[in-house]
Amino acid sequence: MNVRTRNRVTVSGRVGARPIVFAHGFGCDQNMWRLVAPAFAGDHRVVLFDHVGAGRSDLSAWDPDRYATLDGYAQDVLEIVDDLDLDDVVLVGHSVSAMIGVLAVVRAPARFSRLVLVSPSPRYTDAPPYRGGFTEADIDELLEALDSNYLGWSGAMGPVIMGNPDRPELAEELTNSFCRTDPEIARHFARVTFTSDNRADLGGVRIPSLVLQCRQDAIAPPEVGRWVHGALDDSRLVILEAAGHCPQLSEPGQVVSAIREFLPSPVPAAP
Amino acid sequence: MTPPGLEVLLEETLDDLYERAPCGYLSTLPDGGILKINATMLGWLGLTRADVVGQKRFSDLLSVGGRIYHETHFAPLLRMQGEVRGVALDLVTTYGPRLPVLVSATMTAGPDGEPLLARMTVFEASDRRAYERELLRARQEAEQERERLQHLATVLQRTLLPPALPRVPGLTTAGYYHSAAVEQIGGDFYDLFPLDHDRWGFFLGDVCGKGPAAAVVTSLLRYTLRATAVYESDPVSVLEALDSGLRQQRATGERGWCTVVFGLLTPLDDGFRVSLASGGHPPALVMRAGGRVEAMDTVGGQPVGLLPDPRFVAATAVLGPGDGLVLYTDGLTEARRPDGTMIDDTLPQVVAGLVGLAAQGVVDGLAELLTSLGPGLADDAAILALTVRGASLSPSD
Repeated sequence: MNVRTRNRVTVSGRVGARPIVFAHGFGCDQNMWRLVAPAFAGDHRVVLFDHVGAGRSDLSAWDPDRYATLDGYAQDVLEIVDDLDLDDVVLVGHSVSAMIGVLAVVRAPARFSRLVLVSPSPRYTDAPPYRGGFTEADIDELLEALDSNYLGWSGAMGPVIMGNPDRPELAEELTNSFCRTDPEIARHFARVTFTSDNRADLGGVRIPSLVLQCRQDAIAPPEVGRWVHGALDDSRLVILEAAGHCPQLSEPGQVVSAIREFLPSPVPAAP
Repeated sequence: MTPPGLEVLLEETLDDLYERAPCGYLSTLPDGGILKINATMLGWLGLTRADVVGQKRFSDLLSVGGRIYHETHFAPLLRMQGEVRGVALDLVTTYGPRLPVLVSATMTAGPDGEPLLARMTVFEASDRRAYERELLRARQEAEQERERLQHLATVLQRTLLPPALPRVPGLTTAGYYHSAAVEQIGGDFYDLFPLDHDRWGFFLGDVCGKGPAAAVVTSLLRYTLRATAVYESDPVSVLEALDSGLRQQRATGERGWCTVVFGLLTPLDDGFRVSLASGGHPPALVMRAGGRVEAMDTVGGQPVGLLPDPRFVAATAVLGPGDGLVLYTDGLTEARRPDGTMIDDTLPQVVAGLVGLAAQGVVDGLAELLTSLGPGLADDAAILALTVRGASLSPSD
C-alpha cells in the first residue's frame, strides 16, 4: 500500500523547512485548507492529505475495521509522517481531526513539536455534567440527513470513484464534489466522529497546543473549546471573530495569524 | 400575444414575484445571517419577518442533523465553489412537522473574490423525499438480499467441498478451489476419503453448468461416488454406477453431466498404486521424483451422464518415494496468460518445476500461477495433489 496514493498526499512549500501537516475534518477534503495552507508555503514544508474515504483518497483502502475508531485515522497520519520522514511537525487538525491529531501526537510524541486544534470537540454528545451539545437522537438525525443526500451520489459519482481515467474532467464538473464520498463510508465516518469520546486523551498531549475557537459554532460551541483548553497541559486559546464551524474558510486571515503567532520562528532551511 | 383580459393578471410587481414565488427565497451574509426572506418561506416556517431578519442564521432554521450537515458540507462547499445545488435538508416549523426541502445557493463575490452575499432558493420536497426514501429502502433491501444470497452460495459451496483433506499415512495431500464468481456456486468438485484395507478413494471433476442446478448434481455424484466405492473396486465400474445415477436423475428433470477422474490408492511397501478411470476429463499428471512429468493416458473417455453408452478409460501407475499425482479441472488449463495463450499444453512443464515439493507446495505453485493471471481466470478451477513421502521430502512436510 502506497501511503501517498492512499491518502492523496500533496507536498508543497519550501524544501527542508519545518513541516506543517493539515488534516481536514468530517465532511469535505483537503480543499478545506485552500485559503490557509498557501500562507505557510514560503517558510514551511506544507503537507495536505485526504482521509481514507474522503476526497480523492483510495476508496479501496477503506476498511470498516481499521476505521472503526479514530485510532485508524491517527495511524494514517503517523504513516504519512513516517513515509515523508518528517520531524518537528506542526500538526493542524480541524474538527474531528483535532482529536485525530491528539491521538497521533500522544502515540508518537517525538515526531511533533506543535499541535493546532481548529474547532475541536472531544465528545459531541452530552454526558452530564459535560455538555457536548448533541443528543443521540441528533446524531441519528444527521445520519438521516446523510442518507437524504445519498441518491445524488450513487449515479453521478460512482463511475468516477470506480476510476474513469479517460474522462478525468468528470470529477471536476461534478457539483458538490469536494464533499462527496461513498455514502456508506460517510455514514460510518459520521458515526465514528460523533460517537467518539476522546476527553481522556487530551491529558496525554505533552507539546504546546493552540485551540482555535469560533465565537459562534453550532457544532463545537465555545464552552467546548474552553473545556479542551482546560484539559490540555500547555495550551493557548484564541477566540476567533467568526461564526460557523469552518473558520479556515470563513476567516482564513485570522486563522493564519493565530497559527503564525503560536509557532516559534521557523528554522531557516539548510542552504 | 397574451389573450385579452390576462394583462391585468400579469401586471405583477417584482416585489410580488419575489414574495409570493412558489419557492422560498433567502439572502444571507457569508456567515449565514439572514438579511432578506420571502413570504412563501416565512409561511412554511410559521415565522414573521421580525423573528428572522437580523435574528437568525440559515442553519438556525434546520433540524439539528441538518445543521451538522450544513456546517460540515453545505457551508464549506458554498465557500469553496461559490454554489451548492439541490442539497436535501429539513426545515423546523413552528407548527410541528419538519418540512423536507431541497436547497440551492450561490455566493456573490466582490471584485477581489471576497464573498459578499449568499442567495438561496428553497423548494418544498415532501413528496420527492418520500419517494426517495422508498428508493433507498428498496435499495437497502436489495443489498441485504444480495448479501443473504452470497452467504447462502458460500455456505452451500463449502458443503460441496471437503472442509479438510484427511491425513493419509505416507502421503502429503492438498486441495485448491477457486470460484470465479463470488455469488455463483461453481461446478468443480474434489474429494479424498478412506476405504477398507488401508485403501483410499479420490475424485475430481467438473459439472456442466453452474449455480443451483450444478450444486444438485455435485451433491448427487458426491454421495454416489463415495457409496459405490465401498463395494466396487474397479474405477470404471464406479463411473458406470455414477452414469446410471445421473441418467436416472434425468427422469426428475435434472439434466446434469460431468467430466470426472475417479481413482483408488492402494499402499505398497514403498509407495502407492494408483488405479483410476476418467470420464472425459483432462489427464491426471504423475510427477516423478527425478523431475519427469507423465500424463496418465485416459484419452477416449467420455463424459458421465451425457451419452447413451459412454466409454470410460482406466489407467494405472505406481508412485514411489517422492513421486506425486496432480488432478485439475479445465479452469486451470484454459486460464489465459496476459498474452492470450492458454496454460494448456505447458501445464506439464509448469508441474515439472514443482517436483520435489510436498502436495501443499505443488498446489500453492499452481494457485499462484492462477492468481497471477488475474482477469485471465474466467472459470472455476479445482486442483488436487498427492505426493508420496520420501527421501527428497523433508520430514516436516
